[in-house]
Amino acid sequence: MSATLEEILAQALQQLRDAKDLNQLDQVRVQYLGKKGLFTLQMKELGSLDPEQRRSVGQVINEARNNFQEELEARKDAMQNSALAERLVSERIDVTLPGRGQSVAGLHPVTTTLRRISKIFAGVGFQVVEGPEIEDDYHNFEALNIPAHHPARAMHDTFYFDAHTVLRTHTSPVQIRTMETEKPPLKVIAPGRVYRCDSDITHTPMFHQVEGFLVDTDVSFGDLKGVIFEFLRAFFEKDVQVRFRPSYFPFTEPSAEFDVSCVMCDGQGCRVCKQTGWLEVGGCGMIHPEVFKSVNIDHEQFSGFAFGMGVERLAMMRYGINDLRLFFENDLKFLEQFK
Amino acid sequence: MQISEAWLREYVNPAISTEQLVEQLTMAGLEVDSVEPAAAKFNGVVVGEVLAMHQHPDADRLRICKVDVGEDEPLQIVCGASNVRVGLKIPAALIGAVLPGDFKIKKSKLRGEDSFGMLCSEKELGLAADAHGLMELAADAPVGTDIRDYLSLNDSIIEVDLTPNRADCLSVEGIAREVAVLNQMNWSATQVEKVAIDHQDTVTVSIEATEACPHYLGRLIKGVNPKAETPLWMQERLRRSGVRSLGPLVDVTNYVLIELGQPLHAFDAAKLTGAINVRWAKADEELALLNGQVIKLDNEALIIADDKQALALAGVMGGSESAVSDETQNIFLECAFFNPQSITGKARKFGLHTDSSHRFERGVDATLQERAIERATQLIIDIAGGSVGPITEVKTESAMPQRPAVFLRRQRIEKILGIVLADEQVIDIFQRLGMAVQTQADGWSVTPPGFRFDIAIEADLIEELARIYGYNNLPNISLLMRSELSKATEAVLDIDRIKDLLVDRGYQEAITYSFVDAAMQKAVAPDDEFISLKNPISSELSVMRTTLWCGLLNAALHNTNRQQSRVRFFETGLRFVNKGGEMHQQKMLSGLVLGSAYAEQWGEKARKVDFFDIKADVQAMFSLTGCDVQFVSAEQAALHPGQAAEILSQEGEKIGWLGMLHPTLEAQLGFDTQVFLFELDQGLLLNKKFPKFKPLSKYPFVRRDLALIVKEDVSVSQIINCIKGSGEQTLKDVVVFDIYRGKGVEDGNKSVALSLILQDDSQTLTDSEIDVIFSKLLEKLANDISAKLRD
Repeated sequence: MSATLEEILAQALQQLRDAKDLNQLDQVRVQYLGKKGLFTLQMKELGSLDPEQRRSVGQVINEARNNFQEELEARKDAMQNSALAERLVSERIDVTLPGRGQSVAGLHPVTTTLRRISKIFAGVGFQVVEGPEIEDDYHNFEALNIPAHHPARAMHDTFYFDAHTVLRTHTSPVQIRTMETEKPPLKVIAPGRVYRCDSDITHTPMFHQVEGFLVDTDVSFGDLKGVIFEFLRAFFEKDVQVRFRPSYFPFTEPSAEFDVSCVMCDGQGCRVCKQTGWLEVGGCGMIHPEVFKSVNIDHEQFSGFAFGMGVERLAMMRYGINDLRLFFENDLKFLEQFK
Repeated sequence: MQISEAWLREYVNPAISTEQLVEQLTMAGLEVDSVEPAAAKFNGVVVGEVLAMHQHPDADRLRICKVDVGEDEPLQIVCGASNVRVGLKIPAALIGAVLPGDFKIKKSKLRGEDSFGMLCSEKELGLAADAHGLMELAADAPVGTDIRDYLSLNDSIIEVDLTPNRADCLSVEGIAREVAVLNQMNWSATQVEKVAIDHQDTVTVSIEATEACPHYLGRLIKGVNPKAETPLWMQERLRRSGVRSLGPLVDVTNYVLIELGQPLHAFDAAKLTGAINVRWAKADEELALLNGQVIKLDNEALIIADDKQALALAGVMGGSESAVSDETQNIFLECAFFNPQSITGKARKFGLHTDSSHRFERGVDATLQERAIERATQLIIDIAGGSVGPITEVKTESAMPQRPAVFLRRQRIEKILGIVLADEQVIDIFQRLGMAVQTQADGWSVTPPGFRFDIAIEADLIEELARIYGYNNLPNISLLMRSELSKATEAVLDIDRIKDLLVDRGYQEAITYSFVDAAMQKAVAPDDEFISLKNPISSELSVMRTTLWCGLLNAALHNTNRQQSRVRFFETGLRFVNKGGEMHQQKMLSGLVLGSAYAEQWGEKARKVDFFDIKADVQAMFSLTGCDVQFVSAEQAALHPGQAAEILSQEGEKIGWLGMLHPTLEAQLGFDTQVFLFELDQGLLLNKKFPKFKPLSKYPFVRRDLALIVKEDVSVSQIINCIKGSGEQTLKDVVVFDIYRGKGVEDGNKSVALSLILQDDSQTLTDSEIDVIFSKLLEKLANDISAKLRD
């Protein structure tokens, strides 16, 4: 009996060695250890032996079975390891090859600039409002204290559809439209396209402005200066200098234009700032009492400021773009630079 | 407004540099646009006098001159100018002189004759663009004096860009007044005396339009010499102010305009018939202007007329028929005050803009006229001679501009500016500005001077305080305001999210003009009613777009013409559609794609982009909003009839279009590849579905595949709608995974392979239940769209 067992074990170990893959190995396992496996059958036969014999024979069978099992595990490990090694070799790739699929494009630099402006102001509770681009004379001029024949109209080279309908020349009509429907306190940013009948190296007939205004019970010119100052430092991410010059807009009084120290030369004087060290950014002022009257807001109780900036101009300063006309040619070589 | 710094400094001369002066003006609201030297760089040129001259022996056009340049011996200089003559004083460039353009003067020989210098024209000194002959200096010019000193050429021309409210600074005196205020200095105006009267002849003046012209002065000056030479100093000052010399009579009126800010006009008295009248024109009256333009007047045009005809467009420009000429002997000199309201817009209406209209529109000091006419009279007789007649004056006091006092409340200064100013400082600033100040308990009553047309309300006074105090000396206050919490709506998707999605899917954002070429607009959207600009900048930018495709197609062409073979653009913006006479400004989102589906790469086989690539992008946007939409085969003028889909919402609203550019347009516009387009109404696109929770089923789902044979013209969406329309509660999803045509499928048919996902919320579906569901579905498919199960 034990001779048979030895033979079985030797045969089993030989079969383990002969197995070529995990599949064959498993077949060998089933052949010996399965429900009808040879070791299993041997164990079942133990029942017919007396207790004394049972113990000693059982021990021998167990030993043989453990022997087989150890060999089986060892073979399995070896096979798995070599299979893994083989896979690792076969699956080796050149990781420097580029990735596959669609590439990512970018936003227009005007949009990127407008988003940053809106984000800076939204942080302190400014609300973004839009308005129509075909405007009536009333909202674009009259309500902003620019009556017909006012010399300031000559400064707006206006596109007309008829005597009363124009392409808005600035985003200021949004001030009027907002104040017509909403009551103070108001904190509004109004970005958008505006149009002037002018086209040369520094003018395009369409460009973008962002208008901002704030109306509350105690708003002063000092608040306006503070907002502009902090905005420009946030926008340029630089401790720029800011200066305010008296100017004239019919819809603000006092009025100012504001300049930023040249971001190219830090105010030292260069070609971009025409050696002045300053770059003009926009116009601003305290909302004119006539404007408040036209929207039925009590200008004794409330005061407010408004400001307007050219978006392309800000983008040019920020990214060092030297030709305004590039913004609307939509040349991919230009646009792709602003991802 | 352009002025000479030296002229300005004759009135007020603060001890500051040109740079500081310019900075001061800019910071006071008189923005300086540019500062240019009055003359180009040159040296070594002195006043010379031609003592003698004789013909060059070997050159007809050359003369050999003996020129006194203030040295011991006169110099021999060869000269070819035609106006050279004995006794003439001219600029003489000496050996070693350097003229503009780095032109060095050396001793030379001209056709064998020595020449020790050069006699100069204005052009050679960089003083004029053109010249005929030598520059002729005044007979009293001191020989040997450096020409730069003699002509005061070491001067700067300052160009000030004045805002429309500062008409008071449209003169040298006006700017001097401002500089004096800024430097806390005194200044003195030009002294003007009454000119002695030589004769008593007058022209009768009557004013019909008294409101428009409340003050009119005129006088006859007889026997003037219109050919007299305008003195060099005046010519130079005019030149530095950007005005050309046109003879003494016109030069003097221009000079006084720049000096004092008062426009004047000189008529040739011989050309006048009867009396002068200032009146509104009659309809269809005509006037030939000095610039050669003949204008048709109407009753809104204010004119100066005589008994016969219109002579001048008041405050704008004189007429050619009554203009002074070289034959003029007697002049009628006019100096008037016109109310700004009566002049504004009048010049523009006729396409004119003159120095005179510029000033009258903005406001001329109504106290200036008498001084101005006396000043001009004196200058005319000094230069051109003549005998002076008495002034005829017509004044309507009641129509003269009023300067009512403006009240400034003390507390408003702090409210508006954010600072407190001492009372003395307030009073001082106003008084320096020429305003009369009366102190009252809670503020000041301030009366502006005649030259300030821009001080009418309290805010104007506050601006003046801020301006003189210095805007940059006002505090920067940190924003402290009431704030409300912001809204965060879920009903509308932010367009920025869509833009980001498109960028991530490889679309570059474009911004194109809102106005486009009419031909392009008509070609792309022949059925849309568009509107045109009255005054377009060019025909390419003349009508408002009714679709963003016009601009995107142009932008794509711009790039394909520059070797780009793959373009993916999107744009957001308004389209402008005229519907039944009403203008709709509609926010759209559009896209354009051409070229390969992916940028060239090793990992994917190169293929052209197709309809379904773009459809996936469009569907991706709707999956962000959670809204189901239908793509319906439909025709659109710009699109390929077989590859165009109209996009409809569940409610049937027309959201937009998706499709391939029509091959005819593709060729017509010059594309050499297929172009795909989409355009969506932002308002409808951004409607967001509010998510609503449904409990999760605990039971497994079942997937069953189904291959159906249908006629070619049955669309996949018809099949899916038919299945979904069954109302089967356990049906969770339908996915198309194959379309097959060919062997085993009859011609004119196609096989559509679908997989259906079924799941019950309350039990595990059994095979027999699924069979029942399928047989019902198949029956409906057979009935509705004649679909058969593929064997």
